[in-house]
Amino acid sequence: MAAMELRLPVPRKVVSQGLARGSDKHLVAPGDTITTDTGYMRGHGTYMGDEKLVASVAGAVERVNKLICVKALKTRYNGEVGDIVVGRITEVQQKRWKVETNARLDSVLLLSSMNLPGGELRRRSAEDELAMRDYLQEGDLISAEVQAVFSDGAVSLHTRSLKYGKLGQGVLVQVSPSLVKRQKTHFHDLPCGASVILGNNGFIWIYPTPEQKDEEAGGFVTNLEPVPLHDREVISRLRNCILALVAQKLMLYDTSILYCYEASLPHQIKDILKPEVMQEIVLETRHRLLELEG
Amino acid sequence: MASVVLSEAEKVYIVHGIQEDLRVDGRGCEDYRCTEVETDVVSNTSGSARVKLGHTDILVGVKAEMGTPKLEKPDEGYLEFFVDCSANATPEFEGRGGEELGTEIVNTLYRIFSNGSSIDLKSLCINPREHCWVLYVDVLLLECGGNLFDAISIAVKAALFNTRIPKVRVLEDDEGSKEIELSDDPYDCIRLNVDNVPCIITLSKIGCRHVVDATLQEEACSLASLLLSVTNRGTLTCMKKLGKGSLDPESIFEMMETGKKVGKTLHIALQKTLEKEESLGTTRQKVGFLG
Repeated sequence: MAAMELRLPVPRKVVSQGLARGSDKHLVAPGDTITTDTGYMRGHGTYMGDEKLVASVAGAVERVNKLICVKALKTRYNGEVGDIVVGRITEVQQKRWKVETNARLDSVLLLSSMNLPGGELRRRSAEDELAMRDYLQEGDLISAEVQAVFSDGAVSLHTRSLKYGKLGQGVLVQVSPSLVKRQKTHFHDLPCGASVILGNNGFIWIYPTPEQKDEEAGGFVTNLEPVPLHDREVISRLRNCILALVAQKLMLYDTSILYCYEASLPHQIKDILKPEVMQEIVLETRHRLLELEG
Repeated sequence: MASVVLSEAEKVYIVHGIQEDLRVDGRGCEDYRCTEVETDVVSNTSGSARVKLGHTDILVGVKAEMGTPKLEKPDEGYLEFFVDCSANATPEFEGRGGEELGTEIVNTLYRIFSNGSSIDLKSLCINPREHCWVLYVDVLLLECGGNLFDAISIAVKAALFNTRIPKVRVLEDDEGSKEIELSDDPYDCIRLNVDNVPCIITLSKIGCRHVVDATLQEEACSLASLLLSVTNRGTLTCMKKLGKGSLDPESIFEMMETGKKVGKTLHIALQKTLEKEESLGTTRQKVGFLG
């Protein structure tokens, strides 16, 4: 049966303030004066104007001793060494791939900084260079780690671990990088039956939990067998839950996603994206997260 | 058009999902995304509407101006369409980049309004051979998130529903010269009957099934789609194939049946929303672009 949901837009409401601790955050808009005290140092997202420190982006003020930065809510990805990112290949070049990672410049993945199929460590020969498109071609998704950041902010990636490499079947969700919480691990096998990679660059990959871990060692043979319906339902539900959390600007990490997933269970998957349902389940998630913090 | 690149495995995942009637966002094959419609959003038009269908964002303004009827139809007014692809939607539209898509949409709109029954053009005539109303329908694409045609047709219908044309009278004096008099009351206006205005339903063939309201990702997996314009009674008024693939005659019939069914539900839902908005009148808080 065809479903058609047409509605009138509703004005955005201020989400219940004071629910979370730390809601006394110092928030600024571009052009707002942060401080008139000259004893502070100017950090990212700020500039000096008439002896005043003024914000140049919208976000939360962060102070580290004398340094004042503004962390923007909506931003491109600023790479840091050791970050885990999910990216899409945009170009195959001489000995390198260009990767789109939501940064200001395309990132690079050098042929020499990836594990080739077979896993043996050897010099990269001319044949390897010719076969680059067989390994990764335009449009392919990869997970990788940031190896270095160049002076212009461009990022160099590496996939020299069995954890990283080409991604198979699953769903990509793109969110703002500032909504992904930094954690010890960004690869999670959720107990609800699917796995997620929370890229620091705001690319989130949801995929069915692989059955045997050692099989992905090759990483270049993608499994194109149909994913069972049950796994699909879990993946779609997770995707919609992440979008709901993002719409309400909640940080994304394994616990928040899992709580949101559990809160969404009474609803149908496609209904999660309705504004009122979104609000309801995210509110429930926030309550549970607060309880957890104690 | 704004398009996305997908890896082979992602495409396979989407195609298999559609085969099992579970799309990536949890919808079935015949479900639309949640759509928002608001009319009267631009104050200096005769009628306007904004439609948000998922990430697709369309603004339509209708402006009524007086003109001379076309020679071949002296007792009818006419509609003029224009589509502007804003570079805000995608950088590809910068400069003349959006022109090709714009012309394609305009031609489609002319086609679905080119018959006598879509809208009563005779009511737009003021004075045969001399004066008539010309409705300039301007479409602005603010964001492209797949399924542009459906969203545009919904927005055009809503804007036409919202259109108010001032009432004029033709006075004739003794010497036979005619004078047009505008009513003093700004609320004294005529409205268009939009009951028969068709909406476009795009059905995309993905794998061996077809879906309505495809997202950008799904459009990337589809080789051919069928564009149907359907009236509120389920009558098919126009059909067009998009994309480079080919369609089996049998599947075209299936798609037509689905299109008619979905079209009827769409018209009912749209009519209900527009009437609801009108009944709320000024008590409803306008959302517009900043809400």
